[in-house]
Amino acid sequence: MSFLALEPIRVLLYLVGICAFVGGNAAYLVLAERKGAGRIQRRPGPNEAGWAGILQPLADGIKLLAKQVMVPPGTDALLFRAAPLMVMAPPLMCLATIPFGDTVVARNLNIGLLFVFSFGSINVMALMLGGWASRNKYSIISAARVVSQNVAYEIPMLLVVITLLMITGTMDLNEIIKQQAGWFWNWNVLKIWVNPLMPVTFVIFFTCMLAETNRAPFDMAEAESELVAGAFTEYGGMGFGVFFMAEYANIVVGCCLATILFFGGWQSPFGALSDGLWGPIWFLGKTYALIFTVIWIRWTFPRTQFYSLLNLSWKILIPLSLFTLLLTGAMMKLPLLFK
Amino acid sequence: MNAFPFADYLVTAIFALAVGLTLVGALVAALSTRIIRGVSGLMICCVGLAGLFYFLNSPFLALMEILIYVGAVCVTIVFGVMLSEPDEPAEPEKPGRALLWGGTAAAICLAVFLGIAHLAVNAPWATPAKLTTDGSVRAIGVSLLTTYSLPFELISVVLLVAILGALVIARSGRTKE
Repeated sequence: MSFLALEPIRVLLYLVGICAFVGGNAAYLVLAERKGAGRIQRRPGPNEAGWAGILQPLADGIKLLAKQVMVPPGTDALLFRAAPLMVMAPPLMCLATIPFGDTVVARNLNIGLLFVFSFGSINVMALMLGGWASRNKYSIISAARVVSQNVAYEIPMLLVVITLLMITGTMDLNEIIKQQAGWFWNWNVLKIWVNPLMPVTFVIFFTCMLAETNRAPFDMAEAESELVAGAFTEYGGMGFGVFFMAEYANIVVGCCLATILFFGGWQSPFGALSDGLWGPIWFLGKTYALIFTVIWIRWTFPRTQFYSLLNLSWKILIPLSLFTLLLTGAMMKLPLLFK
Repeated sequence: MNAFPFADYLVTAIFALAVGLTLVGALVAALSTRIIRGVSGLMICCVGLAGLFYFLNSPFLALMEILIYVGAVCVTIVFGVMLSEPDEPAEPEKPGRALLWGGTAAAICLAVFLGIAHLAVNAPWATPAKLTTDGSVRAIGVSLLTTYSLPFELISVVLLVAILGALVIARSGRTKE
């Protein structure tokens, strides 16, 4: 037991747990996605493997693992192989600092929020290198799209986060959650006495999260109808599988972050029952509700056009997020003048 | 980290990893002939540098290094390369010219390196008596707006100039050839 209490061993065990969590999530979110798509399109979805298709992810995994990983001639083999690894590593790093409960966290950092964002930003580079290394015109178009999309949506996202940072005054994720204790109107998303536009802020954050994880209606990186499979066109077998796992891992990280920043993390909605085992239950419940929303949005809205995607960011989201930033600043500091 | 058996070795190994990443990344960036690989090297170098910053007790700076240099600067460079450069080997230069320019560049680099090395060895280093910040947002904000307010404001001037330059270049729009 004393061996398990050592800090490096504890962190290592947490990291193993996080890897398992990400793997399991990726497998079963794919199933959830396909089931959800089926329901929304009035068909049953995968239902052959196991009871109601419960073994489908296993079958998919075995199929992907059994395939040969091809490196097509003419590609930049080193970068081609490195890209899936680079896209998978950052979300694993990010999850290390996400508090699933009051004490259930691998490593609580006092700049956890910055940690998540800085590692999240590597994702773009990885997708772009993957697209470029494939030496395929569809992949390169897709890579160029990924960059312009991510650069465009990174700005309103960070502006929203700065707004929140002004309210919370800390980058410690666990501290941010603790400030939202009590009834559900203490959650940041409903703190309209701090800033009446708080729900709008959440909508901006969520939209940017969808765009950063390249999810429909913003999945320009992988627009199947025009770019074959975008940056992933040349990847086969587990190389392709890892890109998909990373996409779902990024969604999980994004939804965890939204839960922490806007929905009170592991706090219960009525101010009690949020200690011990209840914390992770509330946290995961909120996170999965958000993930369900992500899936729901994907199968409800058609893919946007690329120019309207960029216009949405530069002409609507950025001015709006700048306005909320100014409004929050004004509402926090103006009362001090009249004291 | 109480009494973990190999704590010292572990820390040394991680430090060596950071130094190694920095050096290898820098070498790849300088020696690679493909420009995208060069940027990848730069990225590895920045990750290594972030590790070194972490060892210097400034996790904030380490994360900023990754956020800005890997997440923004490298991405912008690759984006620029992808829009402009076809991935084909450049035409070989005439050896005389190459030697002249290479020699000039090497001489200048050597002079700069020797100058900085001379300064680093001989100039007195201001050693802080204690840990100046704990890396928290508040400490960084306070020091940026009090002790280091002049550099902070000068950075905003640099950004303003960059924005103005971009506007001047982009002003004529797409119509003018």
